[in-house]
Amino acid sequence: MSAREISRLVVPGRGQSVWLVLLSSAAMAFLAVFALALSVTASQLAGNWSTALARTATIRLSAPPAEMDAQTAFVLEVLRTTPGIAGARVMVSDEQAALLEPWLGPDLPLDALPLPRLIEVTETPEGPDRQGLRLRLAAEAPGAVFDDHTRWRRPLAEAAARLRAFALVSLGLIGGVTAAIIVLAASAALASNGQVIRVLRLVGARDRFIALAFVRRISGRAFAGAMAGTALGIGALLLVPEAGGSVHLLSGLGFSGAGWLLPLAIPPLAMVLAWMASMATAFQVLRGVT
Amino acid sequence: MIAFENVAHDYGGGPLFRDVSARLEQGSFHFLTGPSGAGKSTFLKLCYGELLPSSGRVSLMNRDVRTLSRDGLAGMRQRIGVVHQDCQFLDHLSVEQNVGLPMTATGRPLSDSDLSDLLGWVGLGQRAEALPPTLSGGERQRAALARAIISAPSVLLADEPTGNLDWDMSQRLMMLMIELNRMGTSVLIATHDLQLIRFAKAQVNARVLRISGRRLQIAGAEL
Ligand SMILES: Nc1ncnc2c1ncn2[C@@H]1O[C@H](COP(=O)(O)OP(=O)(O)OP(=O)(O)O)[C@@H](O)[C@H]1O
Ligand SMILES: [Mg+2]
Repeated sequence: MSAREISRLVVPGRGQSVWLVLLSSAAMAFLAVFALALSVTASQLAGNWSTALARTATIRLSAPPAEMDAQTAFVLEVLRTTPGIAGARVMVSDEQAALLEPWLGPDLPLDALPLPRLIEVTETPEGPDRQGLRLRLAAEAPGAVFDDHTRWRRPLAEAAARLRAFALVSLGLIGGVTAAIIVLAASAALASNGQVIRVLRLVGARDRFIALAFVRRISGRAFAGAMAGTALGIGALLLVPEAGGSVHLLSGLGFSGAGWLLPLAIPPLAMVLAWMASMATAFQVLRGVT
Repeated sequence: MIAFENVAHDYGGGPLFRDVSARLEQGSFHFLTGPSGAGKSTFLKLCYGELLPSSGRVSLMNRDVRTLSRDGLAGMRQRIGVVHQDCQFLDHLSVEQNVGLPMTATGRPLSDSDLSDLLGWVGLGQRAEALPPTLSGGERQRAALARAIISAPSVLLADEPTGNLDWDMSQRLMMLMIELNRMGTSVLIATHDLQLIRFAKAQVNARVLRISGRRLQIAGAEL
Protein backbone atom coordinates (compact mmCIF):
# COMPACT_ATOMS: atom_id res chain seq x y z
CA MET A 1 0.00 0.00 0.00
CA SER A 2 1.40 3.41 -0.93
CA ALA A 3 1.84 6.27 1.52
CA ARG A 4 -0.89 8.15 -0.35
CA GLU A 5 -3.35 5.31 0.02
CA ILE A 6 -2.54 4.79 3.68
CA SER A 7 -2.90 8.51 4.26
CA ARG A 8 -6.41 8.23 2.85
CA LEU A 9 -7.09 5.19 5.04
CA VAL A 10 -5.77 6.29 8.41
CA VAL A 11 -8.60 8.69 9.18
CA PRO A 12 -11.87 6.86 9.86
CA GLY A 13 -14.58 8.02 7.45
CA ARG A 14 -17.33 8.34 10.02
CA GLY A 15 -18.17 11.04 12.54
CA GLN A 16 -20.28 14.17 12.65
CA SER A 17 -17.53 16.40 11.32
CA VAL A 18 -17.79 14.64 7.96
CA TRP A 19 -21.45 15.64 7.69
CA LEU A 20 -20.77 19.10 9.02
CA VAL A 21 -18.25 19.73 6.24
CA LEU A 22 -20.38 18.13 3.53
CA LEU A 23 -23.62 19.92 4.37
CA SER A 24 -22.18 23.30 5.21
CA SER A 25 -20.06 23.49 2.09
CA ALA A 26 -23.08 22.46 0.01
CA ALA A 27 -25.22 25.17 1.62
CA MET A 28 -22.50 27.79 1.31
CA ALA A 29 -21.83 26.93 -2.33
CA PHE A 30 -25.58 27.21 -3.04
CA LEU A 31 -25.62 30.69 -1.51
CA ALA A 32 -22.40 31.61 -3.28
CA VAL A 33 -23.99 30.84 -6.66
CA PHE A 34 -26.73 33.39 -5.95
CA ALA A 35 -24.37 36.01 -4.60
CA LEU A 36 -22.20 35.55 -7.66
CA ALA A 37 -25.19 35.80 -9.99
CA LEU A 38 -26.36 38.91 -8.19
CA SER A 39 -22.97 40.56 -8.46
CA VAL A 40 -22.65 39.72 -12.17
CA THR A 41 -26.18 40.91 -12.96
CA ALA A 42 -25.75 44.09 -10.94
CA SER A 43 -22.47 44.83 -12.70
CA GLN A 44 -24.17 44.44 -16.07
CA LEU A 45 -27.07 46.64 -15.03
CA ALA A 46 -24.80 49.35 -13.72
CA GLY A 47 -22.84 49.15 -16.94
CA ASN A 48 -25.91 49.26 -19.16
CA TRP A 49 -27.50 52.15 -17.37
CA SER A 50 -24.43 54.27 -17.31
CA THR A 51 -23.24 53.76 -20.90
CA ALA A 52 -26.03 52.74 -23.26
CA LEU A 53 -28.59 55.12 -21.83
CA ALA A 54 -26.09 57.94 -21.72
CA ARG A 55 -26.18 58.02 -25.53
CA THR A 56 -29.91 58.56 -25.87
CA ALA A 57 -32.18 61.47 -25.07
CA THR A 58 -35.77 62.41 -25.80
CA ILE A 59 -37.41 65.64 -26.84
CA ARG A 60 -41.01 66.08 -25.76
CA LEU A 61 -42.85 68.55 -27.93
CA SER A 62 -46.18 70.03 -26.86
CA ALA A 63 -47.90 72.39 -29.21
CA PRO A 64 -51.40 73.19 -30.51
CA PRO A 65 -52.30 70.64 -33.23
CA ALA A 66 -52.07 73.28 -35.90
CA GLU A 67 -48.48 74.21 -35.08
CA MET A 68 -47.28 70.67 -34.28
CA ASP A 69 -45.82 69.82 -37.65
CA ALA A 70 -44.09 73.17 -38.08
CA GLN A 71 -42.53 73.02 -34.62
CA THR A 72 -41.43 69.42 -35.25
CA ALA A 73 -39.62 70.61 -38.37
CA PHE A 74 -38.00 73.45 -36.40
CA VAL A 75 -36.76 71.04 -33.75
CA LEU A 76 -35.39 68.56 -36.28
CA GLU A 77 -33.59 71.41 -38.05
CA VAL A 78 -32.04 72.57 -34.76
CA LEU A 79 -30.94 69.04 -34.00
CA ARG A 80 -29.48 68.57 -37.48
CA THR A 81 -27.28 71.63 -37.06
CA THR A 82 -26.20 70.87 -33.49
CA PRO A 83 -22.77 69.25 -33.17
CA GLY A 84 -22.77 66.05 -31.09
CA ILE A 85 -26.13 64.75 -32.34
CA ALA A 86 -25.86 61.57 -34.38
CA GLY A 87 -29.49 61.35 -35.40
CA ALA A 88 -33.08 62.18 -34.55
CA ARG A 89 -36.29 60.37 -35.30
CA VAL A 90 -39.92 61.24 -34.69
CA MET A 91 -41.74 58.38 -33.00
CA VAL A 92 -44.78 57.21 -34.92
CA SER A 93 -48.00 56.99 -32.95
CA ASP A 94 -47.89 53.17 -32.87
CA GLU A 95 -44.61 53.31 -30.96
CA GLN A 96 -46.07 55.83 -28.55
CA ALA A 97 -49.07 53.56 -28.06
CA ALA A 98 -46.72 50.69 -27.26
CA LEU A 99 -44.93 52.80 -24.65
CA LEU A 100 -48.20 53.78 -23.00
CA GLU A 101 -49.92 50.43 -23.23
CA PRO A 102 -48.54 49.01 -19.96
CA TRP A 103 -49.95 52.03 -18.14
CA LEU A 104 -53.23 52.76 -19.92
CA GLY A 105 -54.24 49.46 -21.51
CA PRO A 106 -54.37 48.30 -25.15
CA ASP A 107 -57.56 49.97 -26.42
CA LEU A 108 -56.15 53.43 -26.31
CA PRO A 109 -57.85 56.08 -28.47
CA LEU A 110 -54.52 57.76 -28.94
CA ASP A 111 -55.72 60.25 -31.50
CA ALA A 112 -58.27 61.60 -29.07
CA LEU A 113 -55.63 62.52 -26.50
CA PRO A 114 -53.58 65.71 -26.64
CA LEU A 115 -50.31 63.80 -26.39
CA PRO A 116 -46.96 65.47 -26.85
CA ARG A 117 -44.92 64.33 -29.79
CA LEU A 118 -41.75 62.37 -28.91
CA ILE A 119 -38.48 62.72 -30.79
CA GLU A 120 -35.79 60.13 -30.10
CA VAL A 121 -32.31 61.65 -30.16
CA THR A 122 -29.11 59.63 -30.53
CA GLU A 123 -25.96 61.38 -29.36
CA THR A 124 -22.43 60.89 -30.60
CA PRO A 125 -19.93 59.62 -28.01
CA GLU A 126 -18.84 63.22 -27.30
CA GLY A 127 -22.44 64.40 -26.89
CA PRO A 128 -23.87 67.85 -27.56
CA ASP A 129 -23.56 71.03 -25.52
CA ARG A 130 -26.75 70.28 -23.57
CA GLN A 131 -27.16 73.72 -22.06
CA GLY A 132 -26.76 75.45 -25.46
CA LEU A 133 -29.21 73.03 -27.04
CA ARG A 134 -31.80 73.76 -24.36
CA LEU A 135 -31.44 77.52 -24.94
CA ARG A 136 -31.81 77.23 -28.73
CA LEU A 137 -34.86 74.98 -28.37
CA ALA A 138 -36.46 77.43 -25.95
CA ALA A 139 -35.95 80.21 -28.46
CA GLU A 140 -37.15 78.44 -31.61
CA ALA A 141 -39.64 75.86 -30.31
CA PRO A 142 -40.94 76.90 -26.90
CA GLY A 143 -42.99 73.69 -26.45
CA ALA A 144 -39.96 71.42 -26.74
CA VAL A 145 -38.34 69.91 -23.62
CA PHE A 146 -34.98 68.19 -23.89
CA ASP A 147 -34.66 65.22 -21.52
CA ASP A 148 -31.28 63.42 -21.34
CA HIS A 149 -32.55 60.86 -18.78
CA THR A 150 -29.95 61.82 -16.13
CA ARG A 151 -32.65 62.33 -13.55
CA TRP A 152 -33.67 58.67 -13.45
CA ARG A 153 -30.53 57.15 -14.88
CA ARG A 154 -28.26 58.20 -12.01
CA PRO A 155 -30.23 56.65 -9.12
CA LEU A 156 -30.63 53.40 -11.06
CA ALA A 157 -26.91 53.17 -11.77
CA GLU A 158 -26.21 53.94 -8.12
CA ALA A 159 -28.65 51.26 -6.98
CA ALA A 160 -27.01 48.73 -9.26
CA ALA A 161 -23.57 49.61 -7.93
CA ARG A 162 -24.84 49.20 -4.36
CA LEU A 163 -26.34 45.82 -5.23
CA ARG A 164 -23.04 44.73 -6.64
CA ALA A 165 -21.16 45.83 -3.53
CA PHE A 166 -23.76 44.02 -1.43
CA ALA A 167 -23.25 40.84 -3.47
CA LEU A 168 -19.47 41.06 -3.12
CA VAL A 169 -19.74 41.53 0.65
CA SER A 170 -22.03 38.48 0.72
CA LEU A 171 -19.45 36.44 -1.17
CA GLY A 172 -16.80 37.53 1.35
CA LEU A 173 -19.03 36.59 4.28
CA ILE A 174 -19.84 33.21 2.74
CA GLY A 175 -16.12 32.53 2.33
CA GLY A 176 -15.38 33.60 5.91
CA VAL A 177 -18.18 31.54 7.43
CA THR A 178 -17.17 28.52 5.37
CA ALA A 179 -13.58 28.82 6.59
CA ALA A 180 -14.78 29.12 10.20
CA ILE A 181 -16.96 26.01 9.87
CA ILE A 182 -14.12 24.04 8.30
CA VAL A 183 -11.80 25.07 11.14
CA LEU A 184 -14.40 23.87 13.67
CA ALA A 185 -14.97 20.63 11.77
CA ALA A 186 -11.25 20.00 11.46
CA SER A 187 -10.75 20.59 15.20
CA ALA A 188 -13.61 18.21 15.95
CA ALA A 189 -12.24 15.57 13.59
CA LEU A 190 -8.76 15.83 15.09
CA ALA A 191 -10.08 15.83 18.66
CA SER A 192 -12.16 12.70 18.09
CA ASN A 193 -9.22 10.92 16.48
CA GLY A 194 -6.68 11.38 19.27
CA GLN A 195 -5.89 7.67 19.17
CA VAL A 196 -5.13 7.81 15.43
CA ILE A 197 -2.75 10.72 15.94
CA ARG A 198 -0.98 9.08 18.91
CA VAL A 199 -0.46 5.82 17.05
CA LEU A 200 0.86 7.58 13.96
CA ARG A 201 3.30 9.63 16.04
CA LEU A 202 4.33 6.44 17.88
CA VAL A 203 5.35 4.71 14.63
CA GLY A 204 7.35 7.74 13.49
CA ALA A 205 4.95 9.49 11.10
CA ARG A 206 5.78 13.15 10.50
CA ASP A 207 3.29 15.92 11.27
CA ARG A 208 2.92 16.65 7.58
CA PHE A 209 1.82 13.10 6.82
CA ILE A 210 -0.72 13.10 9.65
CA ALA A 211 -2.04 16.57 8.80
CA LEU A 212 -2.38 15.63 5.13
CA ALA A 213 -4.38 12.54 6.01
CA PHE A 214 -6.96 14.77 7.71
CA VAL A 215 -6.72 17.63 5.25
CA ARG A 216 -7.26 15.35 2.24
CA ARG A 217 -10.37 13.92 3.77
CA ILE A 218 -11.81 17.27 4.87
CA SER A 219 -11.08 19.14 1.66
CA GLY A 220 -12.38 16.19 -0.37
CA ARG A 221 -15.67 16.45 1.52
CA ALA A 222 -15.73 20.21 1.07
CA PHE A 223 -15.24 19.78 -2.67
CA ALA A 224 -17.98 17.16 -2.94
CA GLY A 225 -20.38 19.29 -0.88
CA ALA A 226 -19.59 22.42 -2.88
CA MET A 227 -20.15 20.52 -6.15
CA ALA A 228 -23.60 19.46 -5.01
CA GLY A 229 -24.44 22.97 -3.72
CA THR A 230 -23.23 24.63 -6.91
CA ALA A 231 -25.22 22.22 -9.09
CA LEU A 232 -28.36 22.92 -7.04
CA GLY A 233 -27.72 26.67 -7.20
CA ILE A 234 -27.32 26.63 -10.98
CA GLY A 235 -30.42 24.49 -11.28
CA ALA A 236 -32.38 26.96 -9.17
CA LEU A 237 -31.18 29.88 -11.31
CA LEU A 238 -32.29 28.09 -14.45
CA LEU A 239 -35.74 27.80 -12.91
CA VAL A 240 -36.07 31.59 -12.45
CA PRO A 241 -38.64 32.43 -15.16
CA GLU A 242 -37.35 34.52 -18.01
CA ALA A 243 -39.25 37.78 -18.54
CA GLY A 244 -38.43 39.33 -21.85
CA GLY A 245 -37.43 42.90 -22.50
CA SER A 246 -35.57 45.22 -20.24
CA VAL A 247 -37.17 44.42 -16.88
CA HIS A 248 -33.85 42.97 -15.80
CA LEU A 249 -33.44 43.01 -12.09
CA LEU A 250 -35.36 39.97 -10.89
CA SER A 251 -36.12 38.10 -14.06
CA GLY A 252 -32.59 38.43 -15.36
CA LEU A 253 -30.83 37.09 -12.22
CA GLY A 254 -28.38 34.60 -13.60
CA PHE A 255 -25.53 34.33 -16.03
CA SER A 256 -25.36 34.62 -19.76
CA GLY A 257 -23.28 32.68 -22.24
CA ALA A 258 -19.81 31.87 -20.94
CA GLY A 259 -20.83 33.48 -17.64
CA TRP A 260 -22.41 30.14 -16.70
CA LEU A 261 -18.86 28.79 -16.32
CA LEU A 262 -18.20 31.28 -13.51
CA PRO A 263 -19.94 29.32 -10.69
CA LEU A 264 -17.86 26.27 -11.66
CA ALA A 265 -14.99 28.03 -9.88
CA ILE A 266 -16.84 27.67 -6.55
CA PRO A 267 -16.06 23.98 -5.81
CA PRO A 268 -12.28 24.29 -6.42
CA LEU A 269 -12.22 27.51 -4.40
CA ALA A 270 -14.10 25.78 -1.57
CA MET A 271 -11.53 22.98 -1.68
CA VAL A 272 -8.59 25.39 -1.52
CA LEU A 273 -10.24 27.24 1.36
CA ALA A 274 -10.89 23.96 3.22
CA TRP A 275 -7.34 22.83 2.52
CA MET A 276 -5.80 25.94 4.02
CA ALA A 277 -8.16 26.13 7.00
CA SER A 278 -7.80 22.46 7.93
CA MET A 279 -4.04 22.43 7.38
CA ALA A 280 -3.56 25.33 9.79
CA THR A 281 -5.88 23.66 12.33
CA ALA A 282 -4.16 20.27 12.01
CA PHE A 283 -0.71 21.69 12.67
CA GLN A 284 -2.00 23.57 15.67
CA VAL A 285 -3.60 20.44 17.16
CA LEU A 286 -0.54 18.30 16.41
CA ARG A 287 1.69 20.64 18.36
CA GLY A 288 -0.08 19.37 21.50
CA VAL A 289 0.83 15.70 20.82
CA THR A 290 4.39 14.48 21.48
CA MET B 1 21.98 4.60 21.60
CA ILE B 2 19.98 5.90 24.56
CA ALA B 3 21.57 7.70 27.50
CA PHE B 4 20.01 8.99 30.74
CA GLU B 5 21.99 11.51 32.80
CA ASN B 6 20.66 12.38 36.25
CA VAL B 7 17.12 12.08 34.99
CA ALA B 8 14.16 12.76 37.27
CA HIS B 9 10.52 12.46 36.32
CA ASP B 10 7.56 13.99 38.04
CA TYR B 11 3.91 13.80 36.89
CA GLY B 12 3.09 16.61 39.31
CA GLY B 13 2.76 14.75 42.58
CA GLY B 14 6.41 14.53 43.55
CA PRO B 15 9.22 12.77 41.68
CA LEU B 16 8.55 9.20 40.52
CA PHE B 17 12.28 8.60 40.31
CA ARG B 18 15.39 10.77 40.33
CA ASP B 19 19.13 10.70 39.71
CA VAL B 20 18.68 8.03 37.08
CA SER B 21 21.72 7.54 34.89
CA ALA B 22 21.96 4.68 32.42
CA ARG B 23 23.30 3.89 28.97
CA LEU B 24 21.78 1.47 26.51
CA GLU B 25 24.66 0.69 24.15
CA GLN B 26 24.23 -0.55 20.63
CA GLY B 27 23.55 -4.28 20.59
CA SER B 28 22.84 -4.42 24.35
CA PHE B 29 19.99 -6.39 25.95
CA HIS B 30 18.30 -5.02 29.07
CA PHE B 31 15.35 -5.93 31.20
CA LEU B 32 13.59 -3.38 33.35
CA THR B 33 11.73 -4.61 36.42
CA GLY B 34 10.18 -3.11 39.48
CA PRO B 35 6.89 -3.09 41.34
CA SER B 36 3.74 -1.99 39.61
CA GLY B 37 3.60 1.79 39.62
CA ALA B 38 7.37 2.16 40.06
CA GLY B 39 7.71 3.93 36.73
CA LYS B 40 8.75 1.29 34.18
CA SER B 41 6.38 2.53 31.48
CA THR B 42 7.40 6.08 32.31
CA PHE B 43 11.06 5.14 31.81
CA LEU B 44 10.27 3.67 28.38
CA LYS B 45 8.27 6.75 27.38
CA LEU B 46 11.28 8.88 28.24
CA CYS B 47 13.32 6.62 25.94
CA TYR B 48 11.30 7.48 22.83
CA GLY B 49 10.45 11.09 23.61
CA GLU B 50 6.76 10.67 24.47
CA LEU B 51 7.70 12.29 27.79
CA LEU B 52 10.42 14.80 28.51
CA PRO B 53 12.40 14.50 31.76
CA SER B 54 11.53 16.98 34.53
CA SER B 55 15.26 17.40 35.05
CA GLY B 56 18.43 15.85 33.74
CA ARG B 57 19.07 14.87 30.16
CA VAL B 58 17.88 12.07 27.87
CA SER B 59 19.84 11.55 24.63
CA LEU B 60 18.73 9.49 21.65
CA MET B 61 21.51 8.58 19.26
CA ASN B 62 23.64 11.31 20.90
CA ARG B 63 21.02 14.02 20.47
CA ASP B 64 19.40 15.68 23.48
CA VAL B 65 15.68 14.95 23.18
CA ARG B 66 14.87 18.52 24.17
CA THR B 67 16.70 19.92 21.17
CA LEU B 68 14.97 17.67 18.64
CA SER B 69 12.43 19.22 16.30
CA ARG B 70 9.11 17.42 15.88
CA ASP B 71 10.26 15.95 12.58
CA GLY B 72 13.59 15.10 14.19
CA LEU B 73 11.77 13.15 16.88
CA ALA B 74 9.65 11.41 14.23
CA GLY B 75 12.88 10.46 12.45
CA MET B 76 14.24 8.96 15.70
CA ARG B 77 11.05 6.97 16.19
CA GLN B 78 11.46 5.48 12.74
CA ARG B 79 14.59 3.81 14.19
CA ILE B 80 12.94 2.79 17.48
CA GLY B 81 10.37 0.01 17.67
CA VAL B 82 7.91 0.42 20.54
CA VAL B 83 5.53 -2.13 22.04
CA HIS B 84 3.24 0.08 24.09
CA GLN B 85 1.80 -1.45 27.25
CA ASP B 86 -1.72 -1.04 25.90
CA CYS B 87 -0.70 -1.78 22.33
CA GLN B 88 -2.40 1.17 20.56
CA PHE B 89 -3.78 0.31 17.12
CA LEU B 90 -5.82 2.04 14.47
CA ASP B 91 -9.02 0.14 15.14
CA HIS B 92 -10.48 0.62 11.67
CA LEU B 93 -7.47 -0.90 9.90
CA SER B 94 -6.72 -4.63 9.66
CA VAL B 95 -3.98 -6.30 11.68
CA GLU B 96 -1.89 -6.48 8.53
CA GLN B 97 -2.30 -2.76 7.81
CA ASN B 98 -1.50 -1.91 11.43
CA VAL B 99 1.63 -4.03 11.40
CA GLY B 100 2.78 -2.39 8.15
CA LEU B 101 2.02 1.12 9.44
CA PRO B 102 5.59 2.04 10.52
CA MET B 103 6.62 1.59 6.89
CA THR B 104 3.61 2.98 5.04
CA ALA B 105 3.13 5.97 7.34
CA THR B 106 6.73 7.04 6.86
CA GLY B 107 6.99 6.45 3.12
CA ARG B 108 9.32 3.44 3.44
CA PRO B 109 8.86 0.45 1.14
CA LEU B 110 7.01 -2.52 2.61
CA SER B 111 7.48 -5.97 1.14
CA ASP B 112 4.38 -8.15 1.25
CA SER B 113 6.45 -11.28 1.83
CA ASP B 114 8.26 -9.73 4.84
CA LEU B 115 4.88 -8.76 6.23
CA SER B 116 3.37 -12.21 5.88
CA ASP B 117 6.56 -13.90 7.18
CA LEU B 118 6.46 -11.72 10.26
CA LEU B 119 2.76 -12.33 10.85
CA GLY B 120 3.47 -16.06 10.53
CA TRP B 121 6.31 -15.78 13.06
CA VAL B 122 4.08 -14.23 15.71
CA GLY B 123 1.29 -16.71 14.90
CA LEU B 124 -1.11 -14.20 13.35
CA GLY B 125 -1.06 -15.55 9.77
CA GLN B 126 -4.73 -16.46 10.03
CA ARG B 127 -5.73 -13.16 11.62
CA ALA B 128 -4.13 -10.80 9.08
CA GLU B 129 -7.49 -9.40 7.94
CA ALA B 130 -8.99 -9.12 11.43
CA LEU B 131 -9.70 -5.75 13.03
CA PRO B 132 -7.81 -5.03 16.30
CA PRO B 133 -10.95 -4.83 18.50
CA THR B 134 -11.68 -8.48 17.62
CA LEU B 135 -8.26 -9.70 18.82
CA SER B 136 -7.57 -11.40 22.14
CA GLY B 137 -5.18 -9.75 24.59
CA GLY B 138 -2.35 -12.07 23.54
CA GLU B 139 -3.04 -11.55 19.86
CA ARG B 140 -2.87 -7.79 20.39
CA GLN B 141 0.51 -8.12 22.05
CA ARG B 142 1.82 -10.26 19.22
CA ALA B 143 0.56 -7.77 16.65
CA ALA B 144 2.15 -4.92 18.61
CA LEU B 145 5.49 -6.72 18.65
CA ALA B 146 5.26 -7.45 14.93
CA ARG B 147 4.59 -3.74 14.30
CA ALA B 148 7.52 -2.75 16.50
CA ILE B 149 10.03 -4.87 14.58
CA ILE B 150 8.74 -4.62 10.99
CA SER B 151 11.15 -1.77 10.28
CA ALA B 152 14.19 -3.65 11.65
CA PRO B 153 14.73 -0.88 14.22
CA SER B 154 18.03 -0.02 15.91
CA VAL B 155 16.30 -0.05 19.28
CA LEU B 156 13.37 -2.14 20.50
CA LEU B 157 11.46 -0.93 23.57
CA ALA B 158 8.86 -3.43 24.76
CA ASP B 159 6.50 -2.76 27.67
CA GLU B 160 5.22 -6.05 29.12
CA PRO B 161 5.21 -7.69 25.67
CA THR B 162 4.31 -11.12 27.03
CA GLY B 163 1.90 -10.21 29.81
CA ASN B 164 -1.05 -12.02 28.26
CA LEU B 165 0.75 -14.92 26.62
CA ASP B 166 1.15 -18.58 27.53
CA TRP B 167 4.66 -19.81 28.21
CA ASP B 168 5.16 -21.35 24.74
CA MET B 169 4.24 -18.19 22.94
CA SER B 170 6.25 -16.06 25.41
CA GLN B 171 9.34 -18.13 24.66
CA ARG B 172 8.70 -17.86 20.96
CA LEU B 173 8.46 -14.05 21.06
CA MET B 174 11.49 -13.86 23.32
CA MET B 175 13.46 -15.88 20.77
CA LEU B 176 12.35 -13.44 18.10
CA MET B 177 13.67 -10.52 20.17
CA ILE B 178 16.91 -12.37 20.95
CA GLU B 179 17.36 -13.06 17.25
CA LEU B 180 16.87 -9.38 16.51
CA ASN B 181 19.40 -8.49 19.21
CA ARG B 182 21.94 -10.85 17.63
CA MET B 183 21.55 -8.88 14.42
CA GLY B 184 22.47 -5.68 16.27
CA THR B 185 19.25 -4.25 17.69
CA SER B 186 19.45 -2.87 21.25
CA VAL B 187 16.58 -4.33 23.26
CA LEU B 188 14.91 -3.05 26.43
CA ILE B 189 12.03 -5.05 27.86
CA ALA B 190 9.95 -4.02 30.86
CA THR B 191 8.54 -7.07 32.56
CA HIS B 192 7.61 -8.68 35.88
CA ASP B 193 8.17 -12.16 34.50
CA LEU B 194 11.27 -13.58 36.24
CA GLN B 195 10.93 -16.90 34.42
CA LEU B 196 11.17 -15.04 31.11
CA ILE B 197 14.25 -13.13 32.29
CA ARG B 198 15.94 -16.37 33.30
CA PHE B 199 15.06 -17.91 29.94
CA ALA B 200 16.63 -14.96 28.10
CA LYS B 201 19.73 -14.84 30.28
CA ALA B 202 20.47 -18.40 29.23
CA GLN B 203 20.58 -17.22 25.60
CA VAL B 204 22.11 -13.72 25.68
CA ASN B 205 24.15 -11.46 27.87
CA ALA B 206 21.19 -9.58 29.35
CA ARG B 207 21.43 -7.01 32.13
CA VAL B 208 18.58 -6.38 34.52
CA LEU B 209 17.68 -2.88 35.69
CA ARG B 210 15.31 -2.39 38.58
CA ILE B 211 13.38 0.66 39.62
CA SER B 212 12.69 0.73 43.31
CA GLY B 213 12.72 3.37 46.00
CA ARG B 214 12.71 6.10 43.33
CA ARG B 215 16.12 4.93 42.06
CA LEU B 216 17.34 2.79 39.20
CA GLN B 217 19.53 -0.07 40.30
CA ILE B 218 21.43 -2.79 38.50
CA ALA B 219 19.91 -5.99 39.84
CA GLY B 220 22.33 -8.44 41.35
CA ALA B 221 23.05 -12.08 40.82
CA GLU B 222 19.88 -13.28 42.53
CA LEU B 223 18.27 -13.40 39.10
N1 LIG C 1 -0.01 10.59 32.67
C1 LIG C 1 0.13 10.43 34.00
N2 LIG C 1 -0.25 11.41 34.83
C2 LIG C 1 -0.10 11.27 36.16
N3 LIG C 1 0.41 10.19 36.75
C3 LIG C 1 0.79 9.17 35.96
C4 LIG C 1 0.68 9.24 34.56
N4 LIG C 1 1.14 8.10 34.03
C5 LIG C 1 1.52 7.34 35.07
N5 LIG C 1 1.32 7.97 36.23
C6 LIG C 1 1.65 7.47 37.55
O1 LIG C 1 3.04 7.26 37.62
C7 LIG C 1 3.32 6.06 38.31
C8 LIG C 1 4.18 5.17 37.42
O2 LIG C 1 3.43 4.76 36.30
P1 LIG C 1 4.03 3.73 35.25
O3 LIG C 1 2.98 3.47 34.26
O4 LIG C 1 5.32 4.25 34.76
O5 LIG C 1 4.26 2.47 36.17
P2 LIG C 1 4.75 1.01 35.77
O6 LIG C 1 5.98 0.75 36.53
O7 LIG C 1 4.80 0.87 34.31
O8 LIG C 1 3.57 0.12 36.34
P3 LIG C 1 2.96 -1.25 35.78
O9 LIG C 1 3.90 -2.32 36.14
O10 LIG C 1 1.66 -1.39 36.50
O11 LIG C 1 2.78 -1.07 34.30
C9 LIG C 1 1.99 5.44 38.65
O12 LIG C 1 1.72 5.73 40.01
C10 LIG C 1 1.01 6.13 37.78
O13 LIG C 1 -0.22 6.26 38.42
MG1 LIG D 1 3.73 -0.06 32.89
